[in-house]
Amino acid sequence: MNNMIYLDNAATTKIDHEVYEAMKPYFEEQYGNPSSIYSFAGKSKKALDEARETVASFLGAKPAEIYFTGGGSESDNWALKATAEAYRDKGNHIITSKIEHHAVLHTCEYLERHGFEVTYLNVDEYGMIKLDELEKAIRPDTILISIMFANNEIGTIEPVKEIGSIAREHGVLFHTDAVQAYGHIPINVEELCIDMLSASGHKINGPKGTGILYVRDGIKIGAFIHGGAQERGRRAGTYNTPGIVGFAKATELAAANMGQRMEKETVLRNYLISRVLKEVPYARLNGHTEKRLPNNVNFCFRFIEGESLLILLDQKGICASSGSACTSGSLDPSHVLLAIGLPHEIAHGSLRLTLSGETAKEEIDFVADSIKEIVGRLRSMSPLYEDFVKKDK
Amino acid sequence: MSQILEYSEKVMDHFSNPRNVGEIENPSGVGTVGNAKCGDIMRIYLDIGKDRVIRDCKFKTFGCGAAVATSSMATELVIGKTVQEALQVTNQAVMEALDGLPPVKVHCSLLAEEAIHAALWDYAQKNGIEIEGLKEPAKDIEDTEKFYEMSGE
Repeated sequence: MNNMIYLDNAATTKIDHEVYEAMKPYFEEQYGNPSSIYSFAGKSKKALDEARETVASFLGAKPAEIYFTGGGSESDNWALKATAEAYRDKGNHIITSKIEHHAVLHTCEYLERHGFEVTYLNVDEYGMIKLDELEKAIRPDTILISIMFANNEIGTIEPVKEIGSIAREHGVLFHTDAVQAYGHIPINVEELCIDMLSASGHKINGPKGTGILYVRDGIKIGAFIHGGAQERGRRAGTYNTPGIVGFAKATELAAANMGQRMEKETVLRNYLISRVLKEVPYARLNGHTEKRLPNNVNFCFRFIEGESLLILLDQKGICASSGSACTSGSLDPSHVLLAIGLPHEIAHGSLRLTLSGETAKEEIDFVADSIKEIVGRLRSMSPLYEDFVKKDK
Repeated sequence: MSQILEYSEKVMDHFSNPRNVGEIENPSGVGTVGNAKCGDIMRIYLDIGKDRVIRDCKFKTFGCGAAVATSSMATELVIGKTVQEALQVTNQAVMEALDGLPPVKVHCSLLAEEAIHAALWDYAQKNGIEIEGLKEPAKDIEDTEKFYEMSGE
């Protein structure tokens, strides 16, 4: 097979052709600044308003509660830092989890250096936060709970509705990093008691460098980027009209195809999981079996290391990712895999495969065959496997 | 992070077609270094003749692309050398032979040097001899069995 098999859709996705087509006029033709007053710019303004309505209705929000940003990381940074600043009078305690994306974790560490206290909740072996621990962690000075909607590495979907209800009962704001969930699974901010939500365009076949922050009406957070009246004075910077149009188009398509796509991805995901667990010894699935993103698969293979596995998969044209130290750029493997209780040496042998709506069964079969062959090959040269086999004799 | 494109052609060649993978039965010396916790373990087997010349060398490695490539290159560099000469196969020599390594992977070449030294140390211990300039290696191998006993796998 000479074609590339792209199974790293949690990293980024291919832009949908319809999205690309929708964006195009806003580069060369309707390039006017939506903030200008002449009629030429009015077309850009109209596109912006429509985009905001599309996104708002998708989330069950009001258009005025949607803020366009430069991506998921910016949205996370803004939500956390601005809430901390605005509610400092009420308290300086924030609750999050140990398996958040670094956009949240590093922002929390930043806030700790600026006088805030942060509780990092543990998760169980499937990556689910424990609601009783969350409830116990809430203090009179707690101002924010930030828990991700679904985990980017192991795909576990958190009990968002329960978290939202607990937060509301205690009068604490609830932010969720929904970058991996938005457009993939249903989200309604009203039903789920979400106060703030971050999402990103390029994870749903939209353009890179686009995102949103949903901020519930009445939440008084200030601006993060200063310098203009855009986004009701809360996010300065000339509107990225093509990006915003692209984000909305990607949202619209994701909404229209969601049910069908979830079903297709879930079937293929489960097929890949069952083939690998059946055919590759000493493999384990990381994350929850059911409360899991439809497109996420994450394995650990004992006695081998993730980067070697990725290089050999790449030689077969398969794009995937791993939580090994060698791919994280530090000496420690993924914080998520450590948080679910895996020892370092097992976390080093992890492999994440994330499907798209276009992934075909033949591709999954080729990937399963390749994994089987490559894991066998790496084990044949692994001193850990050698010791394990000798011990067994 | 190291992207595949950051690896030299030689590194990719030694990773994709590693030389001298395997074990030696009744080796003259065997050395295992590294730490599974950090993600690299190298084991070097030596077959050394009475003339103290390394007749054969095999390796097994758990680790990234660079770890495999440096092990492979290290075996090639020591075969045919005397034990004294093999001591001169430093991490620098291994790296140069591979046309360099990305900066974050330099520790892999150190591991290769340590693995050779550990195997030579084992040989020296078994034969009651002293090799000038050779020090006792550090050893820290982690065990994963406990986790699997706990999780019932």
